[in-house]
Amino acid sequence: MSENKNLLKLRRISKVFSKGTVDQVRALDKINLDINSGDYIAVIGSNGAGKTTLLNVIAGVYPPENGGKIFVNDRDVTGLSEYRRAHYVGRVYQDPHVGTAAKMTIEENMAMALLRGQPRGLRAASNKQRRDLFHGALVPLGLGLENRLAALVGTLSGGQRQALALVMATLSKPAILLLDEHIATLDPRTAQIVLDLTDMVVTREKMTALMVTHNMELALRHGNRLIMMHKGRIVVDMNQQRKADLTIHDLVVAFERASGEEFVDDNVLLRPGNVVGTSDL
Amino acid sequence: MLEPTVVGHLLGFSAYEGLVYGFLALGVYLTFRVLAFPDLTVDGSFVLGAAVVAVLIIDGVNPFLATLAALGAGLCAGLVTSLLNTKLRIPALLASILVMVALYSINLRIMGRPNLPLLREVTIFSLASQLPGLETRLVYQLVGAAVLAVIVFLILNWFLRTEIGLALRATGDNEQMVRGAGVDTDKTTILGVSTANGLVALSGGVVAQAQGFVDVNMGIGMIIMGLAAVIIGEALFRPKGVARLLLAVLAGTFVYRLVISVALRLGMAPGDLKLITAALVIIALAVPYLQKKIRREWLPPAPRW
Repeated sequence: MSENKNLLKLRRISKVFSKGTVDQVRALDKINLDINSGDYIAVIGSNGAGKTTLLNVIAGVYPPENGGKIFVNDRDVTGLSEYRRAHYVGRVYQDPHVGTAAKMTIEENMAMALLRGQPRGLRAASNKQRRDLFHGALVPLGLGLENRLAALVGTLSGGQRQALALVMATLSKPAILLLDEHIATLDPRTAQIVLDLTDMVVTREKMTALMVTHNMELALRHGNRLIMMHKGRIVVDMNQQRKADLTIHDLVVAFERASGEEFVDDNVLLRPGNVVGTSDL
Repeated sequence: MLEPTVVGHLLGFSAYEGLVYGFLALGVYLTFRVLAFPDLTVDGSFVLGAAVVAVLIIDGVNPFLATLAALGAGLCAGLVTSLLNTKLRIPALLASILVMVALYSINLRIMGRPNLPLLREVTIFSLASQLPGLETRLVYQLVGAAVLAVIVFLILNWFLRTEIGLALRATGDNEQMVRGAGVDTDKTTILGVSTANGLVALSGGVVAQAQGFVDVNMGIGMIIMGLAAVIIGEALFRPKGVARLLLAVLAGTFVYRLVISVALRLGMAPGDLKLITAALVIIALAVPYLQKKIRREWLPPAPRW
């Protein structure tokens, strides 16, 4: 696969919530986006910009409206529902509880993740060979989870669960990794661990990733491409060269120029050095 | 008050009942606990299993085939409930009540009248009673039920550890994660609810053959009995792992039936049975909440569905 091939293509993607009511929100407004294989894209934007909706449309949670199309490796996947698209897409959510099953063991959770998008049969869900694989995947976390395969996930801390969720999302090596503010609810130290691990996995597996964040500093330092969203549109799209010398101030200026509005998101401006953002909900 | 022989008989009888009603409790455990799908189809599918067994046996069908047919009929009942829920988006509780009510008419249609005697028919228990050493009623009932229970336990214990079984268990735990892992949670729900009602109908079919008659009202309150058994099993044994959970459910059914048998022996009016069972479940559900309330923990409002 050549490095510059379009892995994911979005064409005229629109999504409107509460259509026809006073609460109508145009979450995505005719978005076109080409994502190359190996892109590690930081996605920023204020609350309600459509970042999470974009990930949901890519993951197949809701279909795009008015003839929008999604292609993975030039295959039209628009009509595939979430579970049918899982083969291509691994995802880590903001809330660690969403990505892992509390009443099952670490081993069982990983056995679920290992077969992402593959047919499941009447073989044993786990065996010695798979346990070794899980063990090996958990060691790089440095959290000791590899020795606790039989522990219920509900007994882990939020940070441990999120680290596990990241390993689970990448275990089957999906083509696309979606990270939806995945370190936003973690304490700074754990957030850093999960973030370092994210960089490591994305680089090592040459994954294509979209990382939604509220934090501009983070968006500048991580990934090789940056897009900024506003009111359902992509208003800034920068490659690695343009991104390299950028400061947060430059980003704010770029935003104001692109959107024609003054930048007023306190979440982004008040705590530039802090990796802990706030909720997108 | 209770003679040793009486105690022995009570224990043996409760063991037999614990096994045959244990299938029902395993079904309830599958829906309520594993799938988090509150399924009230049980009251109808229990009688459905009994009705199918009775009609087939009276028609001269081999009792083992008739018992399998009961299981199949229960699967179909569960299939309808889970399709109403997954494909028509009717809430689980309502979908299962609808099927339960509809099954009352269907069961009457199958039976042709409100009750059917099976006393002189060939049943799995009358066949078991012809084996050497199994002449006593309690012994052949116990052995017959135990053989069936071992088969059911082994199959469930194997199935819940397979890749599909794991996906089914995960569906009740975190449906979002399971879909994200590429599993159609509609299918796992349908599979689980159908299997559960198959077990319930199997229980009905076996109970019908053991007691020698079927009554169209014999299913009333069975869901509550199953819940009580599951709760008792969990509370007494605090099981971890698939095998122990399944065994705990069977053991919980045994304890429940034992308590009921002793209470009846001590003079409890049989008519009060449902009231006491309901009270037991209410207490079991309320105590953890009240404990948290006393500790002033925050609790979400009660779900309406």
